[in-house]
Amino acid sequence: MTNLAPLGRLRLVIVPVVVIASLVALYLYLQLTPGRVTDAYVLNSTYVRTRILQHIEITAISFGLAAVIGLPVGVLLSQSGRFVSLPVFAIANLGQAIPSIGILALGFTYIGLGVQGAIVALVIYALLPIMRNTVVGLQSVDPGVQEAARGMGMTPMQILFGVKLPLASPVIFAGLRVSLVLVIGTATLANFIGGGGLGDLIAASDFYHPRPILVGAVLVSSLALLADWGLGLVERSLTPRVEDIGRT
Amino acid sequence: MITFTGVTKRYGDKVAVDNLDLTIRSGEAVMLVGPSGCGKTTTLKMINRLIEPTGGVIAIDGVDTATRDVTELRRSIGYVIQQVGLFPHLTVSDNVATVMKLVGWDRTRIRARVTELLELVGLPPAEFSHRLPGELSGGQQQRVGVARALAIDPLMLLMDEPFGAIDPITRDRLQDELLRLQRVVRKTIVFVTHDIDEAIKLGDRIALFSQNGRLAQFSTPAELLARPASKYVEEFLGGGRMVRRLSLVKLRDVPLANGDNGTADEVVPVDATLRDALDAVLRSRTGRVQVRDDEKVVGTVDADTIRRASQ
Repeated sequence: MTNLAPLGRLRLVIVPVVVIASLVALYLYLQLTPGRVTDAYVLNSTYVRTRILQHIEITAISFGLAAVIGLPVGVLLSQSGRFVSLPVFAIANLGQAIPSIGILALGFTYIGLGVQGAIVALVIYALLPIMRNTVVGLQSVDPGVQEAARGMGMTPMQILFGVKLPLASPVIFAGLRVSLVLVIGTATLANFIGGGGLGDLIAASDFYHPRPILVGAVLVSSLALLADWGLGLVERSLTPRVEDIGRT
Repeated sequence: MITFTGVTKRYGDKVAVDNLDLTIRSGEAVMLVGPSGCGKTTTLKMINRLIEPTGGVIAIDGVDTATRDVTELRRSIGYVIQQVGLFPHLTVSDNVATVMKLVGWDRTRIRARVTELLELVGLPPAEFSHRLPGELSGGQQQRVGVARALAIDPLMLLMDEPFGAIDPITRDRLQDELLRLQRVVRKTIVFVTHDIDEAIKLGDRIALFSQNGRLAQFSTPAELLARPASKYVEEFLGGGRMVRRLSLVKLRDVPLANGDNGTADEVVPVDATLRDALDAVLRSRTGRVQVRDDEKVVGTVDADTIRRASQ
């Protein structure tokens, strides 16, 4: 952690700079090169703005639900034996192993066309990293620390919230960040089942005229970078600073 | 006072502690000693109910611990372990203050007590209170561990191989400091170690366990060294028993030869141990050493006096 700390501080500045630079580059490219007349159907500000907002909405709801489900389930799984956690992780791994487009297709099959199907599929997809990292983070808390806490008369709840969760938080946050970026990228596929979002831009063009693809791709990656950056800020403010968790 | 009455702990077929009867008096330091797997740590952890006994009763001052609220019981007993187990995300102060916060002390009282405790364990608060555990050496961490255990001034201290992972030189210093601390705070200490010399140095009494979870002997270090109850105890104590015992007995407590016939050519104070006296005897030309209480001569000592006192 100590070694990465300077890099972490640098990243706080670099990410917004990179995002702004790529957005400016995209704008210049669009202004300076000729496009097709038909591009105007999708590359107008109303259409793009709606897609961005849809994309953020799909992502926020899916990620929020995945976190609300994944964190408590992870906490429970970390306390339960292998008989419970193994099957749960088998299912979660399966969710992750099925190609994302397949999960969306399943969402479509069982929920129907539209945004709900996309959200259900994305939640399933986002759960695994959150759950797994919560379990791993909690289980890797130094047993000596836990025993000392028990021995001094902390209740299981006090140990969970005062000791285990703070110490596991870097690992848990890593899971949340992976999951969030995953959801933002995968949400482009919502287009295929009529879920809207920036996937609409990417699908609305062909390989010989990639301007809408370019706009969609740059916007999605900007969103992903910014979201990851924002979560990083939250993490910095919530996570305790520990010089070396392993050594103490 | 802690009383074990017929306490047994079984894991499946394996017996960890076998029908243990043991009384630990208030204010004494009792060492639980024995080889790995002899049940000494299990015995310790049954006191604060980190492990529940399979049978028998453990009572503190006459009250069966099984009837007490486990959280309240643990908070009333200081607990120090080999891994120390400081919270790495909290400063030294916050670590020491943990239990004080749990029982709801106000901030002024906590700050005063933390300062007092850090001074007591030899960590100047100005220098250490805001450090994180990761920035401390092993010995310093265990000092914080001891301060944390003493936080709300418990009557009792359970120590599970507290110096086991610390280098020999620092360990020796920490042992000396524990002795000093014990003179100041006078707690009932139950201390687990596999190091018989540590037990001899620190213990008022030693409970020596044998492999099968039984108590092999329970007596003072001097008694243990002079009269091992069995072949097993003898083997566990190792060689040089009588020599090692010399440092446990003070000249004050043994009969001395009368007066000084003028041949003594070395002097030892009456507070010295038999070991110091033997050292002086070996140094002297005549083999006779004068014993003084301040300036007053109270007797002499020679090899024969020491031999007779040892038996």
